[in-house]
Amino acid sequence: MADMVNVYFFGKKYEVPSNLTIMTAMEYAGYQLVRGVGCRNGFCGACATIYRIKGQQELKMALACQTQVENNMYVATLPFFPLVKQVYDINKVKPEQQLMMQLYPEIYACVGCNACTKACTQGLNVMQYIAYAQRGDFKACADLSFDCVMCGVCSSRCPAGISHPQVAMLARRLNGKYLTPQAQHLLDRVKEISEGKYDDAMKAVMSLSDADIREKYNTREIEK
Amino acid sequence: MYPDSFQESLAKVAEKRQANAAAEPRRMTADEKDELLRKYHPDYNKDAFEELKIGPNKGEKAPHELADMLQAHPRVHEGDVDLEHPAYDVDVLIIGGGGAGCSAAIEADEAGAKVLISTKLRTGDANTMMAEGGIQAADKENDSPAQHFLDAYGGGHFMAKKELVAKLVTEAPEDIKWLNDLGCEFDKDETGRMITTHGGGTSRKRMHACRDYSGMEIMRTLRDEVLNRQIPIIEFSSAIEIIKDENGNAAGAVLLNMETMELIVVRAKTVILATGGAGRMHYQGFPTSNHYGATADGLVLSYRAGAKLLYQYTLQYHPTGAAFPDQIYGALVTEKVRSLGAKVVNKNGDIFVHPLETRDVEAAAIIRECAKGNGVKTEHGYGVWLDAPIIEVKNGEGTIKKRIPAMYRMFEKRGIDITKEPILVYPTLHYQNGGVEIDTNCETGVKNLFAAGEVTGGVHGTNRLMGNSLLDVIVFGRDAGKAAGARFKDVKVGKLTLAHTTEFEKEIKDAGIETELVSPKLLPKYVRKRTVLEGPGIIQ
Repeated sequence: MADMVNVYFFGKKYEVPSNLTIMTAMEYAGYQLVRGVGCRNGFCGACATIYRIKGQQELKMALACQTQVENNMYVATLPFFPLVKQVYDINKVKPEQQLMMQLYPEIYACVGCNACTKACTQGLNVMQYIAYAQRGDFKACADLSFDCVMCGVCSSRCPAGISHPQVAMLARRLNGKYLTPQAQHLLDRVKEISEGKYDDAMKAVMSLSDADIREKYNTREIEK
Repeated sequence: MYPDSFQESLAKVAEKRQANAAAEPRRMTADEKDELLRKYHPDYNKDAFEELKIGPNKGEKAPHELADMLQAHPRVHEGDVDLEHPAYDVDVLIIGGGGAGCSAAIEADEAGAKVLISTKLRTGDANTMMAEGGIQAADKENDSPAQHFLDAYGGGHFMAKKELVAKLVTEAPEDIKWLNDLGCEFDKDETGRMITTHGGGTSRKRMHACRDYSGMEIMRTLRDEVLNRQIPIIEFSSAIEIIKDENGNAAGAVLLNMETMELIVVRAKTVILATGGAGRMHYQGFPTSNHYGATADGLVLSYRAGAKLLYQYTLQYHPTGAAFPDQIYGALVTEKVRSLGAKVVNKNGDIFVHPLETRDVEAAAIIRECAKGNGVKTEHGYGVWLDAPIIEVKNGEGTIKKRIPAMYRMFEKRGIDITKEPILVYPTLHYQNGGVEIDTNCETGVKNLFAAGEVTGGVHGTNRLMGNSLLDVIVFGRDAGKAAGARFKDVKVGKLTLAHTTEFEKEIKDAGIETELVSPKLLPKYVRKRTVLEGPGIIQ
């Protein structure tokens, strides 16, 4: 059995085993979670959490499912944050700097405090990807922001009211659709399939007897 | 940080790393695989299953935990709610806001339908978000849909519905293009050519990926598109019963607001079930890689409404769940780690299985190796090593951070550097191979009730290949959306009824089933103490 530590959920003290995450510690304490819980594996951003260790100045941001409890941890959860998501038609927009100015003009009010980067639960350089977005360098913005789980903690710390995850989302879609070269082999294959080029081969493999398809499967050549 | 008790084993793994990197392990013969599965795969553990006493699959087996839910009392009965004045009246109701649900919503919207999405938690809270490794499509020159068919059908032990597999593989390239056109990013080289790798059981390198956040990238793109289209979504509202009309067709659902416990009636011309999987049922006590909401709700809803299930007794145990440390016990360690060249070795550093056998074979081989005493002892049981540093031996330094950043991050947070140290793994409950049976139009046994994604059965037979589930949610999600988007135009909904709940209660009684359980389960219960919400009421 692990040692016990004291944690404070919303200011109230609970004694929990030290090997738990913030999330499992809340459950240990008796919370049946509905909000602030999602994939439990660090991918969905549902469990953004703010904590401070008693006696320390620094406020820390984390995903509750990915962070182990510590003694004298004061925890508040941030299950929702009002990010601004602008609506656009991906087929009509153009990947130009002008678009960011229209949809997310507040990014130009960034004061360079770097609070977003310090707060990021994924350790991303948030302020830098916003700088790329300001310049209309969507490829760099997409690349640097790729691991974002959209938990919204960065935005909660931003004095300019920027919705960083939504800015990055737009940049990634523009990059994926317009700025990265198309896969020619994919376009060719889609065309061939629509022309029925593979229909006969599919019918042939589907009509094999059970014994024959087993044989074919078990002896198929595997690409090195 | 690994404890002292692992150090002796770690030293052996490090010592044999160069030799293991160069080794080409033998693949098992068909007979060897059959015997291994029979003896060691959890699906073959007879004690874990029981015969269903009621419903469309009466007489067939199901895991105890699922049987309990399939044969439990409905949460709402005839007369409990006013069906005459529904809160929403739509053309297409989509239950579930994951990859399949959002794909369906986009297509139904495109078809001109009035769409409503209801989801138990947030939009995108789904197993799709957590898929790491990739998505298959036969789009390279040496590949073809028929080759993909052979891999998927054979990998599923020749049990899949052939016509569903044919759809899956034939529509795959078009759906990759569709995602890319929505702005979803894929790993490409500088010319735009897709960077593709093997998965377990594939004969061609057709695994497309977005680093090791493949599902997250796909899911957030789909969600963004649903939001751009301003399709209405009711979050934190779980479907607890399908509503039928007097003609016996699906015609809506009763939703439960998960926060206020309010019941909401939705009337719909067509319903699409996209509720996902069941890892949080913790079959046979296994940990799971799944989302918090993966509790087999869709199987329960459709079963009570009269739809037949297929292969509800086959589950996928992902061979490489994290076995250490405690905080990530059961979390997914993507198959991409093996796709990139990592080998699976025992406590002595010896290779005992080819790293890219199909998932059921790979998992059973790990369970057998531990049963033989060749595993590393942990607090929860045993594990074997997934020697990730081999990736950099083979592909050069920096490959891990570039290609599997999520894995690097997950372990780095725990003081384990997977560029230098191996990962301790043991199988984790990962996927529901079976589910609600559908036809090629994605329709279940109940008219106007469609289904897509992990909730369905038949696409993957009794074992799914890596990269075919992300593909499944897109292909069949879109197809279900198109099917419902075409169907609703001809549907005249009759008088709404929950009469089937009364009939179901009678079946429970007549079969002599004594249970206080209600279903669907909605959420797993991890609280240590009882709460006021636990009573006979809404959240069990």
